[in-house]
Amino acid sequence: MTPARQPRTSGRPKVLVLRAPGTNCDVETALAFKAVGGEPELVSIADFKSAKVRLMEFAVIAIPGGFSYGDDVAAGKILANQVKLYMREIRNFVRLGRPVIGICNGFQALVKSGLLPFSAAGEQTASFTGNDSGRFEARWVHIRLNTQSMCLWTQGLPEMIELPVAHGEGKLVLKSPRHLEELKKNKSIALQYVSDDGKLLGYPHNPNGSVFNIAGLTNPEGNCLGLMPHPERFTTRHHHPNWTRQTFMKEGVGLEMFRNAVRYCQS
Amino acid sequence: MTDLAPLRQAQPVEEGLRFTTLPPKDLRNLSAKFGWSLSDVELEDIRAHFKKVGREPTRGEAETIAQTWSEHCKHKTFNGPIRYSDGKKSRLFKSLFAETIVKATKDLSKPWCLSVFKDNAGIVAFGKSGRWALAVKVETHNHPCAIEPYGGAETGIGGVIRDVLGAGLGAKPVLNTDTFCLAYPDYAGPLPEGSLQPGRTLRGVVAGVRDYGNRMGIPTAGGGLWFDDDYRLNPLVFCGTVGVLPAWAVRKSVKPGDLVVAVGGPTGRDGLHGATFSSAAMAGRSDRAAVQIGHPLNEKRVLDALLVARDRKLYRAVTDCGAGGFSSAVGELAKECGACAGGALVELEKAPLKCSDLEPWEIWLSESQERMVLAVPAKGFAELERLFRAEGTNCTVIGEFTGSGRLVVTHKGVKVADLDMGFLHDGMPKVERRAVWSDGARPKTRPPAAYARGAGAGHADRGRLSGILTRMLAHPNVCSREWVIRQYDHEVQAGTVIKPLQGLRHDGPGDACVIWPVAATSEWNDRSGFAVGHGLNPSYGKLDPYWMAMCCADEALRNLLCVGADVSKASFLDNFCWASPEAPEQLGGLVRAALGCHDAAKGYGVPFISGKDSLYNQSRDEKGRELGIPGTLLITAVAPVPDITQAVTLDFKGPGNSLILVGVTKGETGGSLLGQMEGEGGEVPKPDPKAAGKAFRGVAAAIAKKLVLSSHDLSEGGLGTALAEMAFSGEFGASLELDQALTSPPMLSDETILFSESPSRVLLEVSPKDDLAVMRCLKGVPARRIGSTTANPVIKVSGLDGSIVLESHLVDIKAAWQRTLPELLK
Repeated sequence: MTPARQPRTSGRPKVLVLRAPGTNCDVETALAFKAVGGEPELVSIADFKSAKVRLMEFAVIAIPGGFSYGDDVAAGKILANQVKLYMREIRNFVRLGRPVIGICNGFQALVKSGLLPFSAAGEQTASFTGNDSGRFEARWVHIRLNTQSMCLWTQGLPEMIELPVAHGEGKLVLKSPRHLEELKKNKSIALQYVSDDGKLLGYPHNPNGSVFNIAGLTNPEGNCLGLMPHPERFTTRHHHPNWTRQTFMKEGVGLEMFRNAVRYCQS
Repeated sequence: MTDLAPLRQAQPVEEGLRFTTLPPKDLRNLSAKFGWSLSDVELEDIRAHFKKVGREPTRGEAETIAQTWSEHCKHKTFNGPIRYSDGKKSRLFKSLFAETIVKATKDLSKPWCLSVFKDNAGIVAFGKSGRWALAVKVETHNHPCAIEPYGGAETGIGGVIRDVLGAGLGAKPVLNTDTFCLAYPDYAGPLPEGSLQPGRTLRGVVAGVRDYGNRMGIPTAGGGLWFDDDYRLNPLVFCGTVGVLPAWAVRKSVKPGDLVVAVGGPTGRDGLHGATFSSAAMAGRSDRAAVQIGHPLNEKRVLDALLVARDRKLYRAVTDCGAGGFSSAVGELAKECGACAGGALVELEKAPLKCSDLEPWEIWLSESQERMVLAVPAKGFAELERLFRAEGTNCTVIGEFTGSGRLVVTHKGVKVADLDMGFLHDGMPKVERRAVWSDGARPKTRPPAAYARGAGAGHADRGRLSGILTRMLAHPNVCSREWVIRQYDHEVQAGTVIKPLQGLRHDGPGDACVIWPVAATSEWNDRSGFAVGHGLNPSYGKLDPYWMAMCCADEALRNLLCVGADVSKASFLDNFCWASPEAPEQLGGLVRAALGCHDAAKGYGVPFISGKDSLYNQSRDEKGRELGIPGTLLITAVAPVPDITQAVTLDFKGPGNSLILVGVTKGETGGSLLGQMEGEGGEVPKPDPKAAGKAFRGVAAAIAKKLVLSSHDLSEGGLGTALAEMAFSGEFGASLELDQALTSPPMLSDETILFSESPSRVLLEVSPKDDLAVMRCLKGVPARRIGSTTANPVIKVSGLDGSIVLESHLVDIKAAWQRTLPELLK
């Protein structure tokens, strides 16, 4: 991967923030990119359908959270089909090493369109199902980052971070145990839910019952990340539920993830 | 537009039926048959009007009038004349609303009130830049939730969101709040046929708010729960929304020639007669068609397209389709015509439908959700249409605003209605109601438990008071609401900087949420935020609704004060829920509460900016007796937080800090949690707004100087529960000396000092080095250092005789506080 494969940027890489009916974290995701020097643009999936927008003009793609198409059929399913149909170039975009992030509903769409776990054939090998608790839940969780992973989004972050999750269908399931072994081998498990002392424990530490406590996946090359937690909701220290008890924190750790992508494009 | 001349008049109300000549009894039966909820006087007025016009009303006209004149839409009781007597004095209100709540706002004339009582929501100025405003609205959706809790709550939240979308030229919703009043979830007593078990109702309304609010991408981060078995037939569901709009978008206007444009979902048969249905006591449980069906995705599409259209200035006015559907929405907008007479011509066949077999009057009156009506200058329509179509929703011209002063509705060339706007909106006869209030009729209250239950009583109290505290914390009206809150996405839009759950483990009960609406303003460096708090306590209202209103106002303000909001720039919203106003005693209580609102607004210097009343919350129980709800008032307060980075939470921050109790503790246990649990009476709490205002200013000054580490208001369960909540949220203990508390009279029992619910009190944690500085801020305010925080995770209270009267381990009391809802809702 070389920056030469990026579209030319005048310092502020163009970030595509994808919208579909029911998307609802688009604005804060765009704000996070903007705060770290990106140039976000909210683009509706309809504009790809009508071929009004060209995907390869962008340096970064972000698929934000929400309830695209009302979560009808299954969370992210309709959007995933639309991405497959109208944004065919996205596979090429990933292969070229350009940064892609799918957050919450965006992660669900990446998984259901076969982009994560990444396979050359585009086969879908994972999916999401309802939380073990049986309900939508919003809470902050402890996350351990895979320091072995190539993920460009999480480079330089502390191994243990905190982020909020908010979802009802966040339990990641894999087609077979073989796929879990593959993910481990490829260092594709970028984030895991852990207890505050870093252990892989069950509910509520693992808020949804995901296999192997998986909170986020990356492709082996590390440029495409999907995660259930919301980094765009932790961009200032005042987002943390405990900020009134702390003085050490300077900014939200989520902001660093967006900065990583922007810097990558600028380098 | 269609030429009106060749129009045929639609059939009268019913084939061959002559409305204008029917005997009164038959007219009454007709009103009952069609569910109009019109009174005899109103029916006679309609008859007289059409006699004068010289023709029979059509079904569409009769339905439109019934709709427009319903209690739900016109608030006849609140706006109408009331003859009130309290045994000593009597007073005639020409309009209760105008002479209490509106009057206080007018008298106060606060500069931040940009639009009050006239639009779909109250609008106040927001932020330092002067570029923004907040639209705030709280609605009730009680009748539908009694029948179908999930759908009722969904459409309740959907409706209040549209109110804010339809305020000014449209505000972006940035916060939802939800407050439920229900019977205890484990109520196992008898219920009439068709009534739902209260636990099921609670699960249903929580799920409804969750599924709608979460899909809308609006954080639900405020509200409350109140349990009383008298809500078993009539649960109350309050839904609130706060939106942000540019200051230039506060006013709407309509010009003759503007297109009437319907946007959003299609029209179906769901929700017919919602307004008239909720304007009567519920007789049977069968009218499920009166409850609408929610579709949050459609509303989200409308929201996203509308705000873009607003910023491109593609329309001149907007309002939502709520009760009465198109009839109210078009009627309301037609009135916005300024100097011209107003009026509109609507062609119903153009409206997109869910099913093709709708009668024309049904299209006109349907309350199908997710629809809004815009007044659009013709040249911008094509662009507007493209915007809504791109989101995948409808945008259809259904008519034109005219200056004719008439509301004309047609369907395929047949006239469905042709009504004079003046008669429709101002022709309603005023009915004088009678209201009485007598102190004697209230339950007798006993004086507070006297000091000293005998020498050495302290030791005996040690276990007893600890036990009371534990039971209070576990009481459903105090216990942790985490089970509910976690189901709501309370952080979407990344602006919830003070969350509903606070403290070391993110599970303590915050006083209020603080919202930094950056997703609406996109102004990353502007740290302006706002806070929303609530006051609700029907138990006080059972003693005296006047003091209930004062206490609710006082508590709502203290919620805001404790998170660091500027309460000197606060605004109130009122939501009254009452039983039938036709019973003079009930109406007497309502008048008392309205008088309380007036005096609270004036006393605290806080204007009301919006409100709503929901009456007729009563139903026949299993034995056929009328069961009304306790008179209930929800006061919602909103205030700016000038710098969100200076906000304060309730959790103790460290050991060895001073605890300062602000305010005087009195023997006010009437209606209190202690009173309910121990069967004791006492005086209902009576705030003194003047003294309270001074105390609030002092606390605000201390917070502004960053001297306050944590703060919490004292409400249900008084000092005891406030102390416990602060302690277990921060995981530091406390030792308290009750003899340090300022009380009046000077001699009160340990129990009363711990659990009295005297208003206007706040508990502060401050660093010992700042004691003096804080006391200087509180100069002239009754405030005392009453103890300190400890590393030992125990709260220890020494009584007036110096002995330990309460000793509770944080782990135990927190467990008791957290256990209740999950167990009740297992």
